[in-house]
Amino acid sequence: MGNMKLTLKIWRQAGPSAKGAMVDYPVTDISEDMSFLEMLDVLNDKLVREGQEPVAFDHDCREGICGACSLFIDGRPHGPSRHITTCQLHMRKFKDGDVIHVEPWRSGSFPIIKDLVVDRGAFDRIQAAGGFVSVNTNGNLVDANAMPIPKPESDKAFDAAACIGCGACVAACPNSSAMLFVAAKVSQYALLPQGRPEAKERALNMVEQMDKEGFGNCSNIGACEIECPKDISLENIARLNREYLGASVAKE
Amino acid sequence: MSILDAKVPAGPIEKKWSEHKDHIRLVNPANKRRIDIIVVGTGLAGASAASSLAEMGYNVKSFCYQDSSRRAHSIAAQGGINAAKNYPNDGDSIYRLFYDTLKGGDYRARESNTWRLAEVSASIIDQCVAQGVPFARDYGGLLDNRSFGGALVSRTFYARGQTGQQLLLGAYSALMRQVGKGKVKMYDRHEMQDLVVVDGKARGIIARNLVTGELERHGAHAVLLCTGGYGNVFFLSTNAMGSNVTAAWKAHKRGAYMANPCYTQIHPTCIPVSGDHQSKLTLMSESLRNDGRIWVPKKLEDAKAIQEGKKKGSDIAEDDRDYYLERRYPSFGNLVPRDVASRAAKERCDAGFGVNKTGEAVYLDFASAIERYGKLEANVNHIDNPSAEKIRELGMKVVSEKYGNLFDMYENIVGENAYVHAMKIYPAVHYTMGGLWVDYNLQSTVPGMYVLGEANFSDHGANRLGASALMQGLADGYFILPYTIADQLSGEIRTGPIKTDTAEFVEAEKSVRERIDKFFSTKGTEPVDHFHKRLGKVMWEKCGMARNAKGLQEGIEEIRKIREDFWANVRVPGKPNELNQELEKAGRVADFLELGELMCKDALIRNESCGGHFREEYQTEEGEALRDDANYAFVGAWEWTGEPGNDVLHKEKLEFEALKLSQRSYK
Amino acid sequence: MAQQGLFGTSLAKKYWMALTGIFLITFLVVHAGINAMIFFNDGGVTFNTWAHFMGTNLIIRTMEIVLFLGLILHVVDGLMLWKQNRAARPTDYAFAKHNANSKWYSRSMGILGTLILLFLIVHLWHFWVKTRHIAGTMEPYGVDAAGQENLFALMADVFSNPLIVVVYVLGCFSLFWHLLHGFRSAFQSLGLNHKKYNGAIAFLGAAFAIIVPLLFASMPVAMYLGWVK
Repeated sequence: MGNMKLTLKIWRQAGPSAKGAMVDYPVTDISEDMSFLEMLDVLNDKLVREGQEPVAFDHDCREGICGACSLFIDGRPHGPSRHITTCQLHMRKFKDGDVIHVEPWRSGSFPIIKDLVVDRGAFDRIQAAGGFVSVNTNGNLVDANAMPIPKPESDKAFDAAACIGCGACVAACPNSSAMLFVAAKVSQYALLPQGRPEAKERALNMVEQMDKEGFGNCSNIGACEIECPKDISLENIARLNREYLGASVAKE
Repeated sequence: MSILDAKVPAGPIEKKWSEHKDHIRLVNPANKRRIDIIVVGTGLAGASAASSLAEMGYNVKSFCYQDSSRRAHSIAAQGGINAAKNYPNDGDSIYRLFYDTLKGGDYRARESNTWRLAEVSASIIDQCVAQGVPFARDYGGLLDNRSFGGALVSRTFYARGQTGQQLLLGAYSALMRQVGKGKVKMYDRHEMQDLVVVDGKARGIIARNLVTGELERHGAHAVLLCTGGYGNVFFLSTNAMGSNVTAAWKAHKRGAYMANPCYTQIHPTCIPVSGDHQSKLTLMSESLRNDGRIWVPKKLEDAKAIQEGKKKGSDIAEDDRDYYLERRYPSFGNLVPRDVASRAAKERCDAGFGVNKTGEAVYLDFASAIERYGKLEANVNHIDNPSAEKIRELGMKVVSEKYGNLFDMYENIVGENAYVHAMKIYPAVHYTMGGLWVDYNLQSTVPGMYVLGEANFSDHGANRLGASALMQGLADGYFILPYTIADQLSGEIRTGPIKTDTAEFVEAEKSVRERIDKFFSTKGTEPVDHFHKRLGKVMWEKCGMARNAKGLQEGIEEIRKIREDFWANVRVPGKPNELNQELEKAGRVADFLELGELMCKDALIRNESCGGHFREEYQTEEGEALRDDANYAFVGAWEWTGEPGNDVLHKEKLEFEALKLSQRSYK
Repeated sequence: MAQQGLFGTSLAKKYWMALTGIFLITFLVVHAGINAMIFFNDGGVTFNTWAHFMGTNLIIRTMEIVLFLGLILHVVDGLMLWKQNRAARPTDYAFAKHNANSKWYSRSMGILGTLILLFLIVHLWHFWVKTRHIAGTMEPYGVDAAGQENLFALMADVFSNPLIVVVYVLGCFSLFWHLLHGFRSAFQSLGLNHKKYNGAIAFLGAAFAIIVPLLFASMPVAMYLGWVK
């Protein structure tokens, strides 16, 4: 058991159409070795014992890779540290007596389901619109090494593919734009020869779905890049801009 | 006690699979449209199966409890995926991969399945590359390989420390493609609550919509469970918080046999527990053992001083360090299989040589790797007489390139820089080799229900080698199940859509609803986690890395008590018809409380040590696992008979034609 | 509204914003260059010569229409972006630390643009509406030493009012912040992002954002203080 005392200001909202509000919760005995979510576990344990509703929040792997956890902590997505997700944030980043605001991702395209849980289905629908290579399962494909891929290109594709789809880019963006997410996916495939045949259609279709979902427009503010837990670069957005421009001009 | 028929095809082992495929019944393309398939779980096995079946023309319904199918826990696998490609030209072959896997599993896997796994492994890599999975490449642009624990060749393909993520996103993209085409209907934030069996065949599931709380009936001509492992029965594990046994356990209660539930993999390189608040454990990729050296102090007084914080690892002179894996297993050294490495760490810590305040940690030290790489780099860069500092600097750069993300992760969690202070690690529950029993076609004892990936009792025997879980998940989903399922489905083309208003569906839904009502009517005082933690402690102490008959018997008693206490004193707040995470947890823990007992029972009847199952009564003089092939070369498959603890054992005898059984040695 | 392509989509809006922005930037170069003729300090003769040329040349007059169209497109496109971006987040955060991840002026392009637009209305009233469209405006200022219409004298008159000088300087400040984000942003929007050239683009953008507004601001100030006669 630790000895930090904190005041949490947490967004509580009973359901999708309910009215929400920030509610204060004092927590005690917080250890600096706890992760932020373990600190919330402590709070929830207390709330259940007191007969209150625990705070709902999304989380799963708790090791920074599944992208389930979200939370706008202390005014920033995934909290104050860079290149980590909320589940990797540890309480040693905070001081005894701190007041910490905890809010859900705020975007019209990510409707709140309950408390801190939002619906990020828009990302799946964008992916379904073109985020794939159209290859069926087949045991007789060409050998994996038949087509060498220059390491620098392959590395860049990987950098883009590291996206965990958490939505921090949308949460951080003052415009609530999903461009970094879409750009990461488009870039990964645009950089690999396997993805080139469908590159044009992919860019057009994924952006179309992105627009349909009601995300805002990118105005190159750059907050997404700073807050991205996987350090996805703005370079990818430029690549999407190029791909889309080329595709739009060339489309018959 | 009956004998189970695995329906392994006849013929020489290397021909079995192709012969079987050649003679299996098929469903013609026009008829596939008339067949519905439910796939539960969207990890590597589930996503690859769902997308492949949809591509073939079947109508697929895919379920996952996560908010998106992209988040299944396969995503967290770090190290890599094995395939017998032999790209590095180090003599690898299907036979060698088969041999290593079977031996690694301590000869408790079904030989024919393991061979098939090795046989299709190469296709997985081709498939994934075609999907745009960015595997690591060398400067020539070709795929890179590395070696992994328990193998003498480099056959592991990887994508930095995020191989599972990249493979899963590849399978997810294939799945999303079919969702976009309307061939797969996706149900995320849905959790399977029961299996519906009609006239002896699996015909659907009852699922709970986790957002609205609604119970839904879904009918299909076949049900696939791709629901992963049950490591969370230990409360603390490297599994995701939501990973659970519910789907498999409910299927078990509906007639599917549970095989070898006691085979649990304890992974040697995890970050040690820091306190009671801990909710899960974090794995550090096994690849670290390629360069890190594992040690504890030789002298007990040094260990004491470290535990009390009076000394640091760096204060211990080289001669006073015990590199116990290198000492005990000179030929494999730090790269011995996971079960061996884990047990060795436990042995040292139990003897008092642990290196943190709890005494449950060993060092994983990169100092000599940093020096070795530093000297190499200095040579490459033609730096004559480099200073020690220069060597360190160069070496750290190399280590950072290889493992930088893992070192960062470690520092985030522990608050200590592993370049300066040796990393501290301890074993943690990671994977469950046991699972639902399946035949050669991956069909369970309930006709029409198939089990894929970690959820089945699998091809890994009593211990899984590193980088083999990803291989198995994708092999099952891409290249095995889509063929084998046709054998059964060819008889379903005239069945027509499955109606969900039949008595069986009504009964199943009712039983799910009754259990949910019971949670709310219990009105106890303790949150669900309270019971889960207690269960986990019993499992870890009595059915963990080392087991004995007395402990297991005690464990069974203790679990029964916890289960009774749970049903008397659990408190589930909120309502059933809303997003209710405590209710979700309650359902999962209730099932773990029954499974835990079966695991102990399974461990108790297996009077031998094999792989991850180490019975203290059965060991060699040197402390190695002592198998009893004469009496225990079987798969132990348990049949539910109505009450927890009353399962009846059935055996599938393991026959080995291609390999001779031998004492596993890594010395 | 088109779902794909160069009109109506979110990316199309960016392209048009960038293209019109770059066009307006090129105009600023010409505008600043000609106005800088006042610093010849020759009683406005050189300046008036160029002003006369710009006001009468057929190509320039045609470009003027294009310029207005570009400006209107930039403004309308900007307002559409602003409106959509507001709508994309119906409920704002109760507590947000925007400065931790972005610059205030990058987030405030709409406000800065509006300020510039307000300034432009004042500016156009002074030097375009009145001079071109209200007869007799230029009469009181006579002709310069070379016998040309004396726009220079009008400038001197307008900038004799300290309040107007302050408005102009504030307008230039808005332009500075607007350009500081806008210049680089235009390149990014058009996909022109390359490790090798990003530094140069950033430097050029910052230099342009400083030099041009500074030059503009120096004119009313210089005239008001009597440095230029």
